[in-house]
Amino acid sequence: MALTTDHSSPMNRQRSGFARSLDSGFVWGTAAVAIAVGLLLAVIALQVGEDALPAIQKFGLGFLVSSRWSVIDGEFGALTQIYGTIVTSLIALFLAVPIGVGIAIFLSEDFLPPRIKQPIVFLVELLAAIPSVVYGIWGIFVLIPILRPFGIWLHETLGWIPLFATAPAGPGIYAAGLVLAIMILPIIAAISRDAMVAVPAELRQAAYGLGATRWETIFQILLPAGFSGIAGGVMLALGRAMGETMAVTMLIGNANTIDSFSILSQGSTVASLLANQFAEAGGLQISALMYAALVLFALTLVVNILAEIVVRRFSLKL
Amino acid sequence: MTAPDFATARRPGSLNRKPTSPRTLFASAMTVLSIFFTLLALIPLVAVLAYVLANGLSRLDVAAFTQLPPAPGLGGGGFGNALLGTLLTVAIAAVISIPFGVVAAIYLSEFGRDTRLADWVNFFTNVLSGVPSIVIGAFAYAVVVLTTGTFSAVAGGVALAILMLPTIVRTAAEALESVPNDFRQASIGLGATRLQTTLKIVFPAAVPAILTGIMLAIARAAGETAPVLFTASFSQYWNTTIWQPTATLSRLVFSFATAPYPGQQELAWTASLVLVALVLVTSILARLVTQRRHK
Repeated sequence: MALTTDHSSPMNRQRSGFARSLDSGFVWGTAAVAIAVGLLLAVIALQVGEDALPAIQKFGLGFLVSSRWSVIDGEFGALTQIYGTIVTSLIALFLAVPIGVGIAIFLSEDFLPPRIKQPIVFLVELLAAIPSVVYGIWGIFVLIPILRPFGIWLHETLGWIPLFATAPAGPGIYAAGLVLAIMILPIIAAISRDAMVAVPAELRQAAYGLGATRWETIFQILLPAGFSGIAGGVMLALGRAMGETMAVTMLIGNANTIDSFSILSQGSTVASLLANQFAEAGGLQISALMYAALVLFALTLVVNILAEIVVRRFSLKL
Repeated sequence: MTAPDFATARRPGSLNRKPTSPRTLFASAMTVLSIFFTLLALIPLVAVLAYVLANGLSRLDVAAFTQLPPAPGLGGGGFGNALLGTLLTVAIAAVISIPFGVVAAIYLSEFGRDTRLADWVNFFTNVLSGVPSIVIGAFAYAVVVLTTGTFSAVAGGVALAILMLPTIVRTAAEALESVPNDFRQASIGLGATRLQTTLKIVFPAAVPAILTGIMLAIARAAGETAPVLFTASFSQYWNTTIWQPTATLSRLVFSFATAPYPGQQELAWTASLVLVALVLVTSILARLVTQRRHK
C-alpha cells in the first residue's frame, strides 16, 4: 500500500491557500457587515447626541421641564411636546388594547372556520400597511368633521371634567389619539394573536375537560399563559405610537403651549415638533430639535428594550 | 342524544349547559363583544380605502402622472416630479440597504446561527426597527444635509435605507434559515467551500423569499413621509441631479393636504390613492407568493 497521497485523485485534492483564505475572508466579511448593522443604532444615537450637544450644554435637564419653545428668544424646552407624546399614546393604548386583544381572541380561537378567519387576519394586517400620511389626509377631511360634533357634545355635557374642559376647534389631541389607536391596533392584534396561538392545545383541552366554558378558558388559562406576548405587543405598540409622526402632525393642531389638560385642546408631540420645524431651522434651534429627537429616541428605546425583556423573561416555559 | 333535554340539564353531573345560566350568558356576551370589536377594527380600513378611492379617482388622469404641481390656487397640473422623486429616493435606498441587509442576513443565518454575536445583532436590529422614522430623518439630516449643505434625493435615500434595513435583514435571514439543512450538507459533502455553498446553493434557493421581503420593504418605504420630510424636502420642479431638493409623493400629500387650495387637495387625494394602491398591491402579491410557496 502506497504511503504517499495520490494527488491526481479528486478525492485527495488539496484546496489552494487562496481558496481557503477567500472562504474564511467571506465568513469574516459577512460577520463584519452584521456587526456594522448592529452598531448602526449606536451610530444614530451618537450622531444625534453630538448635534444636540450645544442645546444640552445650554439648557441641561431643564429642557425636559420647561414648556417654553421660542425661536425668537432662543429659549427651548420640550415639556409641551413630551406631555403631548405621552397623552396621545395613552389615549391610543386605552382604545386599542381592549379592541386589539378582543380581535386577537376572536381570530385565534375556533370561532370561525379557517377559510373565513385567514382573510380577516390579513385585512387587520392591512391596516398597518396604509401609509401614515394617508391616515393624515383621511383624518383631516373625513374623521375630524365626524368627530367634532361628538367633541362638542362631550364638552357641553362633561365639561366639568378637566379632560373635556375646552371646546374642540377641529384638530386636537383627541383626534390624534384616535388615529394613533387605529394605527397601533394591528400590532397589538397580531402579536397578541401569535401569543394566544402559541399556547399549547393541551392547556385548552384540559380546561374544557374540567368543564370550563370557552370564555372561562380564555380568561383563566389562555390570557394568563399568553400574557408575556400580549404585554410585549402592547409595549411595542406604545413605542410605535410615541414615534408616529405624520398622521399626528396633521391632526393634533400643533400648538406649542399647554393651555389645559383637556384632550379636546390642540397640542403637539416631539415627533410633530420635529416635522414642523426641522426644514426651516437654523443655529441653536437645530441643536434644540436634535435634543428633542434624542429624548424621543431615548423614550422609544426604553419602551422597546422593555418589550424585548418582557417577552424573554416572562415567556411561557413548559 | 337528540334535542337537548333542559329538564335533565339542571341535574348535577349533567353535561348539558343551561342556556340561561350566568356562565353561558357571559360566554355569549363575550363572543358578541369580540365579533363587535373585530368589525369595529375593519371600519377604518374600509372607510380609508373608500374615501381615498372616491376622492382620488377624479384626478387620476394622464396629466397627474406627467405634469408639474400647479401653482397655489390653480387647478390642473400633476405630481410627475414627485412620482419620479419617490422612485429616485427609493432606488437610492434600495441600492444602499439591500447589499448590507442581505450580507448581514447571510452571517446571521449561515455562520453565526445561535452565537452570542448573532443574538446581539438580532437584538439591535429589532430595536432599530422600533426607532421612530422621524429620528432616522434627523440622523440623515445631520449626516447628509448638514455636511453637503443641501436637501437632496441622496439624503432622503439614506434615511429610507436605514428604515428598510431591519425589514430586509429579518426577512432575508428567515428566508435563508428556511432552506433545508440537507442542501448545505450535500454541498459541503461534495467538497464545496462555505463560500460556494452559500452563493451557489443556499442563496439561490432563498432568492424568491428574499425578493418578497425586499418588495415589502420598498413599498413601505415609498409611503413613508417622516424620513424624507427634511432630507429630500420638496421641490416644484423636475430633478436634474440627485443633489438637489427632491419632491416625493408622500411629502406632496402632506404639503397639499394641509394647503387651503382645492386644486392641490385633489392632487393630494390622487397621490394618496397611488401610494395606497402601491402598498396594497405589493402586500397582496407578497401574500399570494408566500402562500403558494408554503403549499
